[in-house]
Amino acid sequence: MRPLLSLVSGAWGRRIVIGLPFLWLALFFLLPFLVTLKIAFSPSINGIPPIGPILGLTDDGALRITLHIENWSYLFQDPSYVIAYGRSLLTAAITTVLCLVIGYPMAYRIARASPRMRPLLLILVIMPFWTSFLIRVYAWIGILKDNGLINNFLLWTRIIHQPLQMMNTQFAVHLVMTYAYLPFMLLPLYTTLEKLDLSLLEAASDLGGRPIISFLTVTLPLSLPGIVAGSLLVFIPAVGEFIIPTLVGSPGHQMIASVVFDEFFSNRDWPTASAVATAVVLLLLVPILALVWLRQRNDAKLIASS
Amino acid sequence: MTPVLSWRLLTAMLIAGLAFLYAPIIILVIYSFNASPMVTIWTGVSAKWYGVLAHDQEILRAARVSIEIALISATGSTIIGTLAGYALSRFRRFRGRSFFMGLVMAPLVMPEIVSGIALLLMFVGSEQLFGWPHGRGIVTICAAHITFCSAYVAIVIQSRLAGFDTSLEEAALDLGAMPMTVFGLVTLPLILPGIVSAWLLAFSLSIDDVIVSEFTSGPGSTTLPLVIFSRVHLGVSPEVNALATIIIAIVLTATALLTFARLKRRAEG
Repeated sequence: MRPLLSLVSGAWGRRIVIGLPFLWLALFFLLPFLVTLKIAFSPSINGIPPIGPILGLTDDGALRITLHIENWSYLFQDPSYVIAYGRSLLTAAITTVLCLVIGYPMAYRIARASPRMRPLLLILVIMPFWTSFLIRVYAWIGILKDNGLINNFLLWTRIIHQPLQMMNTQFAVHLVMTYAYLPFMLLPLYTTLEKLDLSLLEAASDLGGRPIISFLTVTLPLSLPGIVAGSLLVFIPAVGEFIIPTLVGSPGHQMIASVVFDEFFSNRDWPTASAVATAVVLLLLVPILALVWLRQRNDAKLIASS
Repeated sequence: MTPVLSWRLLTAMLIAGLAFLYAPIIILVIYSFNASPMVTIWTGVSAKWYGVLAHDQEILRAARVSIEIALISATGSTIIGTLAGYALSRFRRFRGRSFFMGLVMAPLVMPEIVSGIALLLMFVGSEQLFGWPHGRGIVTICAAHITFCSAYVAIVIQSRLAGFDTSLEEAALDLGAMPMTVFGLVTLPLILPGIVSAWLLAFSLSIDDVIVSEFTSGPGSTTLPLVIFSRVHLGVSPEVNALATIIIAIVLTATALLTFARLKRRAEG
């Protein structure tokens, strides 16, 4: 009797365990995205909501579907969109490289610390990440602005006589983005470096390999999964970053998320905003698929650890 | 074995990196005790901005809304995310498994601005068609937060379960326990620490969210981050410094307590 019973309750249990999250995500993730896709092909009208239909009836009563691709042609005709996409990709790339350059030595040093120190150092790295993102970004405004901490100090020491303009520059955007995304890079790097077999490195150096050679030929290739995972975890959210460029960047140098935001709220052009937003996803498709592929390649724990 | 960079240089880089991570936060905390309304000009120690904060009705109301939303979202997403994480780690084969996995993980990589717009457009459309949701408010924010938080929860639970092989669960089944009993008496206690940290993660993600909330909130459901964001937009304010310091203090205390509990458990186990 037991096998039968367990089969029944097992099957129902399974159905609920899979079905509930599936239903929720289909309703609140998949469906909204399909709606956005539909609206990206709808005409923009003057109304509430400002979207026209794409379905209609022809004179003889047949169903007619009109796809309005003008929302998409704007993306290529108006250079401001192309520039904003390019700027987002470039900013995300610079952020990724800076995070890697700063994060790698840190992760390496933590991975080689004594086993007792490692958890402590890790917590130190993670703790700012638990603090509000918005507040960490805000903290930089007081440091970077014209009468902020750095300028006051430099003026006081008479190194400069005019305040340096740091706020509302690309410099501020790169700096604060590197600051905010550093933990995303550090954790996967640490996870791979910590697992590295020290004896391999010792063998390389015992065999007379110079440190730089053994680093380039052994450590670096072995830590590549961590580098790739960390870079993707920084790059993907960085492309769509909105808060940092809004608060410390220059209004003349909009990133794509700000364009979507303005299109939506200021211009109330929902179809174009939907098209721009969908294009962001298309733009990120390759890195996103790479991340999914990495996950499925049993590197699940690598990403999960962050 | 010598690393490429000398040991001492690596240590210096680690310390410099940690200083980079902490300096802005420490500076913010110090300046929250500045008496001057000109945030960056120090005129003396004072706690007056905390007093101003305590009487700021807009911030107090927003804080209440945010906590309420975070409690609901964390609990909802912990239920959905735990189920999803369990399914992904324990059900090796079922129809549409990779689609399911993609759906669970997708909110993690979707730019927030896209999720935000998509949810708003769906809510508007569904209100037109079915009359629900009636405008936007706490309900729509919670639905949105539960969605992206459950992806994080699923990952935490999945990796927690990956750390345990199925032998304990199989042994219980072999000894005649019902699957539900096995889940309740074996699996659940194993992943309970994971569930607790997933709940906390979801809570902190929800209470910190700006972009998705911006799209899904309505009048009367302004969350704390939205208030901070709109004020910060206008420049640095000593009151926000005080508020930030309180938030930092709460996070630090919670993290310290959790870490202490975890280290103690590790020492015992």
